[in-house]
Amino acid sequence: MSTPTEYKTVEHDVLVIGAGGAGLRAAIEAAAQGANVGLVCKSLLGKAHTVMAEGGMAAAMGNVDDRDNWRVHFADTLRGGQYLNNWRMAELHAKEAPERVKELEGWGALFDRTADGRILQRNFGGHRYPRLAHVGDRTGLELIRTLQDHGVHQGLDVHMEVTVLTLLKDGDRIAGALAYDRERGRFRVFKAKAVVMATGGIGRAYKITSNSWEYTGDGHALSYHAGAALQDMEFIQFHPTGMIWPPSVRGILVTEGVRGEGGVLKNRDGKRFMFDNIPDNYKAQTSDTPEEGWRYTQGDKDARRPPELLTRDHVARMIVNEVRGGRGSPHGGVFLDIAWIKEKLPNAEEHIKRKLPSMYHQFMQLAGIDITKEPMEIGPTTHYIMGGVRVDGDTQMSTVPGLFACGECAAGLHGANRLGGNSLSDLIVFGKRAGEHAAKFAKSNGTVSIDSAAVDAAARRALAPFDRAASAEGPYQVQEALQETMQDNVGIVRAQAEMDVALQALGSLKDRADKAGVKGNREYNPGWHTALDLDNLLTVSEAITRCAIERKESRGGHFREDYPDKDPAFATFNFVVAKGKDGSMELSREPIPPMPEHLAAVIEEMK
Amino acid sequence: MSSPMPTAGAKGQDAFTAAQAAQDASAKHATRSFKIWRGEAGKGDFVEYKQDVVEGMVVLDAVHEIAATQANDLAVRWNCKAGKCGSCSAEINGMPKLMCMTRLSDLDADKPVTIEPMRAFPHMRDLVTDVSWNFEVKKKIQKFTPRPPDAPDGTWRMQQTDVDRVQEFRKCIECFLCQDVCHVLRDHHKHEEFIGPRFLVYAAALEMHPLDTADRVPELRKEHGIGLCNITKCCTKVCPEHITITDNAIIPLKERVVDEFFDPIGKLVKIYSRRKKANG
Repeated sequence: MSTPTEYKTVEHDVLVIGAGGAGLRAAIEAAAQGANVGLVCKSLLGKAHTVMAEGGMAAAMGNVDDRDNWRVHFADTLRGGQYLNNWRMAELHAKEAPERVKELEGWGALFDRTADGRILQRNFGGHRYPRLAHVGDRTGLELIRTLQDHGVHQGLDVHMEVTVLTLLKDGDRIAGALAYDRERGRFRVFKAKAVVMATGGIGRAYKITSNSWEYTGDGHALSYHAGAALQDMEFIQFHPTGMIWPPSVRGILVTEGVRGEGGVLKNRDGKRFMFDNIPDNYKAQTSDTPEEGWRYTQGDKDARRPPELLTRDHVARMIVNEVRGGRGSPHGGVFLDIAWIKEKLPNAEEHIKRKLPSMYHQFMQLAGIDITKEPMEIGPTTHYIMGGVRVDGDTQMSTVPGLFACGECAAGLHGANRLGGNSLSDLIVFGKRAGEHAAKFAKSNGTVSIDSAAVDAAARRALAPFDRAASAEGPYQVQEALQETMQDNVGIVRAQAEMDVALQALGSLKDRADKAGVKGNREYNPGWHTALDLDNLLTVSEAITRCAIERKESRGGHFREDYPDKDPAFATFNFVVAKGKDGSMELSREPIPPMPEHLAAVIEEMK
Repeated sequence: MSSPMPTAGAKGQDAFTAAQAAQDASAKHATRSFKIWRGEAGKGDFVEYKQDVVEGMVVLDAVHEIAATQANDLAVRWNCKAGKCGSCSAEINGMPKLMCMTRLSDLDADKPVTIEPMRAFPHMRDLVTDVSWNFEVKKKIQKFTPRPPDAPDGTWRMQQTDVDRVQEFRKCIECFLCQDVCHVLRDHHKHEEFIGPRFLVYAAALEMHPLDTADRVPELRKEHGIGLCNITKCCTKVCPEHITITDNAIIPLKERVVDEFFDPIGKLVKIYSRRKKANG
């Protein structure tokens, strides 16, 4: 059983791995450039994690508040990211997002409208003006469906339910990938002149997460093993509002849109604790009274935003603080209340159902809570990784020639903390750029050859779990232990001793993963798939832990109990990991290049 | 300092894990029985599993527990576990449903919960079916064709009231439960002649899109077989997104077909008004 038998070989100019927003946008662009494009996805087309995005996509179109423009968006993104962002990416993102959003409308997307018939924009944490184009609270579904339906008429070759096992190289250059199809369990070799990685995040390394099963850090780990550098891996976003009760729904996302529409956070005593602590760099933009905060959510241009709409890292930590102080809600979180707006709006119930239909539905069906009448109980959930493949800001090419990365699996745009709404816009801005430059790379570079020994070795490694079918432990137990290790030791509040424990535990989990066995056969076998995911999860977990240990300060999504303050000494570089010659993970500090004058001037002006 | 320093909590445990672990201990447990269809390519049988379940669990949670502890190779398709991706469609106690949105507490506790794959599509393994036919059908529907932009900056103007109707159709998560329950597909296997409720909704979303200029009515009548639907509304009943498939999408499309092809009086009126215009 464990002998690789046959390899079906498929050839493309550009191979895109991952079919969420970024992968689809990259594939569409590469095809538009004339490249022959293959699109590989672990699930069925249109099911990727992008469908779960709720609140919207940030683009400074100024439809609701004409004071908005790319410079404000750029400054907001850097302030949110604590200035560790790749400023070139932040600039391109702020400038190009409006064009990318408008283009979606031309492809059939139907956003909510302003009174004068333009695309409506809503408030979100860390954005100075209403900036998020949205469709109720299902913006991600609109994005992925629009791209999917547009893409199928572009002649993309879609390989559904196919999982990449390893990237293949021809010398230094990328040459394709070895994958397996879920239905039959057969191997497939993809030969490609350029590869775009668009695999999303790593949430499944944690026990409590808003992420789907696919989020196992494949793009991070595959790129790393192919020689690409990863950066900012210590920065993980714990979204402040995940469901917490009943236990089986813990982690499921509750959109920030609830707060954008006027929802407030309260502790056990009914106190709006977010007013207790407002960071200095946001003081000038934050309201001091509930009244002013409410006016802001209702579009009053003279009002400042309520503290509930501060950045996610800060809000999540404030919630932890309440729970640890014994002021939490009955099930170990705090209250998120949107029902209270009935004091302000005559048709509140209808308004909530219209603006937040899936939240209403989700709480009604899964928790038996009517959010138009009662508050929700929420707590932080692992949501997003700011870190990822280190790429060139303009082209999205990694440190490996021909290997590109975009979307969540790439690093740079968000720095130490991502603003809500900047992810969907990231997908379309840099998905397009990655697709365009991958197609150009494929055009200007000749053909590649496949190293069949590397293919054989990878295929043998993939089948090894079947040889251990009699093994005492299955892959699910190892995965669970890994998730608990990361949750407990490298979570929202970190400390040296715990992270040392995690690093050691990861070593022994690696041994357990190497011994875990799988029963059954190769056809649609989730147990086998879980065993194969373990490698990727272990690689990203090690990178996260190593970088988190080295960053001896607190900044953005990374909070150290033993170093609770921001340290300017850590503000000038990014932590980068790469695979050393001996196969071990090597960490380095890469200085952030100085910002050009015209951008520095924007930052100064927006202070 | 930019953020509060959380006060020291239980070591070795994340703040939330600690606070919530205590709560978890208080959650109610029970042993439930599950009959899951196991087998390949249409051949198979129900296999019964006993599983400890906790209050609040949905069917998919129980399937995951069974896969993790008793049947590692149990084939099941799922993604988001939040009712947003439409991957985990199955027939639960004989009803087409999403496993992630069906709470165990809503199912008869005295009887085993039966879980089967969707029956309108070719069976692959256990709970997984081959739904690729749906993706092929979609390609055959004429693509979105917008009118030229309304404004010089390349954008359009649309009122919310004009997009409401189409936004309802665009809530579709492509779970294909409506296709599964449709007797034209399920019992009469007319996959070659009929696109099914999902794609009638898709066609309706395009036809009623304020910007679209293409005409899909002739193909709806012929290749897409809209006449085969006899409005039993089973699709509307099973839609997890509560889209009023029959009333809001299919019937208006049928009316368009009738108007364009089968309405002699309408035709006369059209001819008359055209003449009037030409003469007047």
